[in-house]
Amino acid sequence: MSASHNHPAPAPLGGPLVTPTTKLLAALVAIALVILLVRFIFGIGAVTNINDGYTWGIWVVYDVVIGSAFACGGYSVALLVYIFNKGEYHPMVRPALLASLFGYTLAGVGVIFDLGRYWNFWHIFWPGYAQPNSVMFEVALCISAYIIVMWLEFSPAFLEKFGKQDVKKKLNKLLFFIIALGALLPSMHQSSLGSLLVVFGYQVHPLWQSILLPLFYLMTAITIGFAVVIFEACLSSSGFKRPLEMHLLGKLSKVMLGMLAVYLALRVVDLVLRGAIGSMFSISIEALMFWIEMGLFIAPLVILSKPATRRNPSKLFIAACCLMAAGFILRINSYLVGYETGPGWHYFPSVPEIMVSIGMIALEILGYIVLVRYLPILPGSNNSAIATNK
Amino acid sequence: MSISRRDFLKGALAGGTLLAAGTSAEARENLTMPSEALGLLYDSTLCIGCKACVSACKEVNDMPPEFSDTEQLWDTPTDISGKTLNVIKVYQDGNSATKDSEKDGFAFMKVSCLHCVDPSCVSACPVSAMTKDPVTGIVGYNKDACIGCRYCVAACPFGVPRFQYDKALPQISKCQLCKHRIADGKYAACAEVCPTGATLYGKVKDLQTEAQRRLALKPGDYAVFPRGNINTHDQSSHTAKAAKYLPQIYGEKELGGTQMLKLSAVPFEKLGMPKLPERSYAATSETMQHTLYGNALALPLAVLGVLTYVAKRNVNDDDEK
Repeated sequence: MSASHNHPAPAPLGGPLVTPTTKLLAALVAIALVILLVRFIFGIGAVTNINDGYTWGIWVVYDVVIGSAFACGGYSVALLVYIFNKGEYHPMVRPALLASLFGYTLAGVGVIFDLGRYWNFWHIFWPGYAQPNSVMFEVALCISAYIIVMWLEFSPAFLEKFGKQDVKKKLNKLLFFIIALGALLPSMHQSSLGSLLVVFGYQVHPLWQSILLPLFYLMTAITIGFAVVIFEACLSSSGFKRPLEMHLLGKLSKVMLGMLAVYLALRVVDLVLRGAIGSMFSISIEALMFWIEMGLFIAPLVILSKPATRRNPSKLFIAACCLMAAGFILRINSYLVGYETGPGWHYFPSVPEIMVSIGMIALEILGYIVLVRYLPILPGSNNSAIATNK
Repeated sequence: MSISRRDFLKGALAGGTLLAAGTSAEARENLTMPSEALGLLYDSTLCIGCKACVSACKEVNDMPPEFSDTEQLWDTPTDISGKTLNVIKVYQDGNSATKDSEKDGFAFMKVSCLHCVDPSCVSACPVSAMTKDPVTGIVGYNKDACIGCRYCVAACPFGVPRFQYDKALPQISKCQLCKHRIADGKYAACAEVCPTGATLYGKVKDLQTEAQRRLALKPGDYAVFPRGNINTHDQSSHTAKAAKYLPQIYGEKELGGTQMLKLSAVPFEKLGMPKLPERSYAATSETMQHTLYGNALALPLAVLGVLTYVAKRNVNDDDEK
């Protein structure tokens, strides 16, 4: 990422690393580690509520499926800046990429906790074992590749810090290809996270089982990516007492609005064509959750449709939260609420199970705080001029 | 700086062409049954619920007992699990007086792997730990390949593969049709010990013929039922009254067929066997995957080409400024 468009160069934020916030986050990480120790000694069942009817709990559905979607900020902004050539969003690339880097790396690490026979993990990458017809194979390969690509995409921040200008220059020559890979790989695996469900057949409720699941998962991952960028910009501006880049966020929300409208249209057409429209009016937990999901997608569409609200930080923040929640519920619905393997099976995550997921989130936030204070990530000091320059 | 209308149209056109190129991949049809496929015929009307098959299965597969009562004196599994590959479940209605009656009756159902012709678990497994034998069609599991992702557990439409949640070093457990006994000239223990021939072992094509013969029997007439292995006739046959069968062989068409065939007098859905389409879910899923990633990754590589071109132009723009 070369500095460009007269944006201020990214600079380390500085400031203290040991604060009440970072101490709390570290404590949450420590709790998760203790629980994981129990899991590795006594088995997954000792700390989670997963069972043969719901063999994938929140360690898969939240940590990986939702976690990686929430980590799409870097992907969405990179698409906008480098593929659609919207250079004005350039200052958002590094902070978004950092959050993505953490989200994805931890999703990748989180998989290990959930794998029953984790010591065989390398089999996925080994020609004698790899099974390319499996959607899981595609997801695993592609997420792993993207984690590597993202570290490369992000490495200029480290190289600047350690004064390796010559390496950075060489890397910059190849950057266009790394960026292209960084745009392709998430498109592949974010869609595949939806494709995973297709083989489940009748076990996924008709409100969610569709051959268009890959497209729905991809489109919502991109919109979630934009929403997360807005969400993080709002939080980091209040947390680090920095001015908000409203002119960019407002425009970004307009892009989000367009994607959202197309998604909702496709979603409804698909339900009609598959004859599933009736199930949304039945009295069932599935129908209720479907309406909550759709409501959360429609609300930001309404909120963002007025230009005035797109310039209002609090409204923008609410719309972003709705969209993140919508993507969250869509994934929970299709993997858990709408997933039924037969009578007698129930699943709700156990407290230790939830604590591990919380520990992962804590680790992400902790890492983000440490790195933005230490590395050149957020736009440099003259950014206050930008904030007022509408 | 913004993308021009012309560039956008060019991009859209390229995208459309790519999609068309991708979708030209051929649909993946259902897989077909190997000609020497081995399987079981389970006749619910002959089953007396003695559970000799459950006990024999435990013994030959070296599985631990499982308790569902407080005394814990003997093996009492209520479902298949990480410790149990085969159980007999019972359906009950009203006063449970009449065998094989949907109303005020009861009926049995064997729960174990159906050895699908086109198994979801094999299609789902990312590391070839679940395999379908090209000759016998037995769906086998190799724990040494398995990574424990449990995609097979989640994908199986019959809920068959199970996982050992209580072990530090767990594995998947599922019936493998006693394939480890074939070398010794033996066959599935459940069929070997079945006293009434309710579970019968053999080549699927012969089991199919036998199933059709039973459906043609006149209800109430005495008929002869083979026991054990239908191909070797290793056991004497069993004579019983023919039941009032439903005119359906479960497993003949479901998801492209299974190598375990089932007969019953009570609707299969009541016995926990779901109604399923003829097209396998594996075929649907793999058609989708091959459309997107088939022809040596044609579609992703083409997209990568376009993205690389666009990114190079835009990054160069960056440098000029």
